[in-house]
This record gives sequence, C-alpha cells and structure tokens, in this order.
Amino acid sequence: MNAFDTLSDVLIENGLITAFAFVGIVIWLSYWVSDKLTGGRIHGSAIAILTGLVLAWVGGVVTGGSAGLADVSMLTGIGVMGGGMLRDFTIVATAFGVNFDEIRRAGTGAIVSLVAGVLGSFVVGGLVAYAFGYTDAVSITTIGAGAATYIVGPVTGSALGATSEVIALSIAAGLVKSMIVMTGTPFVAKRIGLNNAKSAMVFGGLMGTTSGVAGGLAATDKRLVPYGAMTATFYTGLGALLGPSVFYFAVRALVE
Amino acid sequence: MVIYGVALLAGCFLSGVFLGDLLGVVLGVQANVGGVGIAMLFLILISDRLIKQGRLKPVTRQGVVFWSAIYIPVIVAMAARQNVVTALDGGLMAFLAGALAVVASFLLVPVISRIGEPGEALPPLGPGDEG
Repeated sequence: MNAFDTLSDVLIENGLITAFAFVGIVIWLSYWVSDKLTGGRIHGSAIAILTGLVLAWVGGVVTGGSAGLADVSMLTGIGVMGGGMLRDFTIVATAFGVNFDEIRRAGTGAIVSLVAGVLGSFVVGGLVAYAFGYTDAVSITTIGAGAATYIVGPVTGSALGATSEVIALSIAAGLVKSMIVMTGTPFVAKRIGLNNAKSAMVFGGLMGTTSGVAGGLAATDKRLVPYGAMTATFYTGLGALLGPSVFYFAVRALVE
Repeated sequence: MVIYGVALLAGCFLSGVFLGDLLGVVLGVQANVGGVGIAMLFLILISDRLIKQGRLKPVTRQGVVFWSAIYIPVIVAMAARQNVVTALDGGLMAFLAGALAVVASFLLVPVISRIGEPGEALPPLGPGDEG
C-alpha cells in the first residue's frame, strides 16, 4: 500500500471534512483572483460560485453522473455540504438579526412578486415551447412550469402525464434559470435597484429558484440573502399549486 | 452554551419545514410550501424576544452566527454539485426558456419594488463585514 492510496482512503472516508477543506481552498483562490486580477470589482463569492459551477460541469463530464463534482469519489462530501439540508439550515441562520418590520413593510410587494414571478416565468417558458413546435397543452404547461423552477417542472409534468423527454427539458430550463440567476445577479443588481431589504424580497419572489436566489444574493450582498430567500421559498409551492391546475386549464383553453 | 443556539436554530428549522410540508399536503401540492421562510420567521421572532428578555447570551448566539457565516461556503458547494451538464444538454429551447424567464423577472424587480413605501438602501459594506 502506498501513501497515495492511504491518502485517498482518508479523503473518501471523511468526505464531509474533505469538502470543508476543498471549498475553503476554492474560496481562498476565488478571493485572491477577485482581489489581484479584478481589483475587487467582481466579488470573491461571485467568482467562487462560478468556479463551483465550472467544477460541477467538469465533474459531470468526467463521471457522467448528475451531481456534478459530488460524483467524484473523493469529493462526495460536496454533495452533503451543498445539499438541501445544509443549504436550508444555513439560509434559516442568515435570518438571525433580521428586522421583522422590514419584512412586514415589504409584505404586499412580496406577495405581488410571487404571483407575477410564477405567472411571468410560466408564460415566457410556455411561449418558447410553442415557438419550438410544441402544440399540446401538456408539453407547453410542463416546459412553462420548468421555467418557473426545476422542481415545479417535473411536479407539473408528472401530474399531467408529460413525456419523459418533455420533463427532462423542463428540468433543464429550470437549471438554466437557476444558474443564470446565480451568476448574473451581481451584474444587474445596481440597475434593478437591488440594494435594500424590500427589493430583495421582491427579487426572491420574482425569481423563485432557491438555489439561484441564494447564490445570486450571496454574490451581490450577503445581507440581502435572508430577505430574498424568505419569499423565494414560497415560490415552488405556489408554482406546483398553479402549474397542473390553473395554468394547464388556461393553456388547454388557448390551444385546443 | 453554543449548543443552545444551534438547538434553537434546529428547532426553528424543523418546525418550519414541518409546517411547510403540512401546508403542501393541505393544498394538495407535492412540494413544501414556504417551510424555510416560516422557519426564518420563527427564528426572527423568537430570538428577538429572547434578546429583549436578556436570555440570549453572546455565547449562545455564536451557535446561530456560525451557521450564518458558513452560508456562502455551503452555496459554493451547492454550485459545485449542480447538474450543469443536463442544463447545457437541454439545448437552445431549454436555454431560452430559462434565460428569457430570468430576463423578464429581472425587469419586473424595479416595477414591483415601487409598490408601497420605497426601501432604504443598506449602508455600504465596511472592512470586516465579509462572512
């Protein structure tokens, strides 16, 4: 047994700890790049998130799996560290110290943003599906739902009996959305007035993808995270409620 | 003790997710409805009350603050485990459906933010504010 085998055994057996060390190095390098190569103009956490996505692509190509870098045997801990449980646990923790009055003040805007966000994404996604030659109500609804989030898409698709190809497309549309929100938000933040608690809550309600909002706001200003995340967590439930019912009936009335 | 803070956070998290799941069942939706948001409200309201009563000691707070500070690393790990290959394999249609939905939503942010009183911009970040 050589030293390399022993080391790789240690890394594999202690997956979550390996992930802590690995992510620490990625973040350290990203902040170094942010500071030295961009003069601090692109935030270190934005670079770190983008690096994560690129590594996920590399992991997916190398292993052929669906969990990005977490499918590499030495880095399975990334899957635990970046999984839904720890993500949601740390999101809840960011609410510590948040002012409740800020949330109450944004109440109406937040509710409007949820409805507008689900409806808007659904209409846009449905129109794109129609433009690409899908004319049946089930496929249009499923792809439109995927443009809401990558959970709403398959939930709607399975409820309506969509084909697996259409469900896969709806997941892909939702994943594209989540990644663009993660990486694009810091670049448009100033232009769309994303610098206060209220617009962050509206932003969360409009985007809805928890991963996208969590990543996008982290890369913009960490203090906005709790506000955006709070509304975003209602979006998938609302989409799953409206997709297979109201939206499906509306689309069916339009195309059939 | 630090564990009191962690346990408070865990308690808020579990009750929020539980209520979100119940709400999903009541609405007949195969999804959790706002569980994390409800958990956040619990944490805000309970910790606010405990602080006012002077019962949330600084060392207890550390148990919550640590997890809040570890948030960005967790998000980086989350990015690293996304199914980027599938997203790119969806081709032009999936890309356009996702991308145009984002553009439309970005454009609506300033419009809907105008409802009610305007929000106040956060003060600029000072040194040492980095998580």
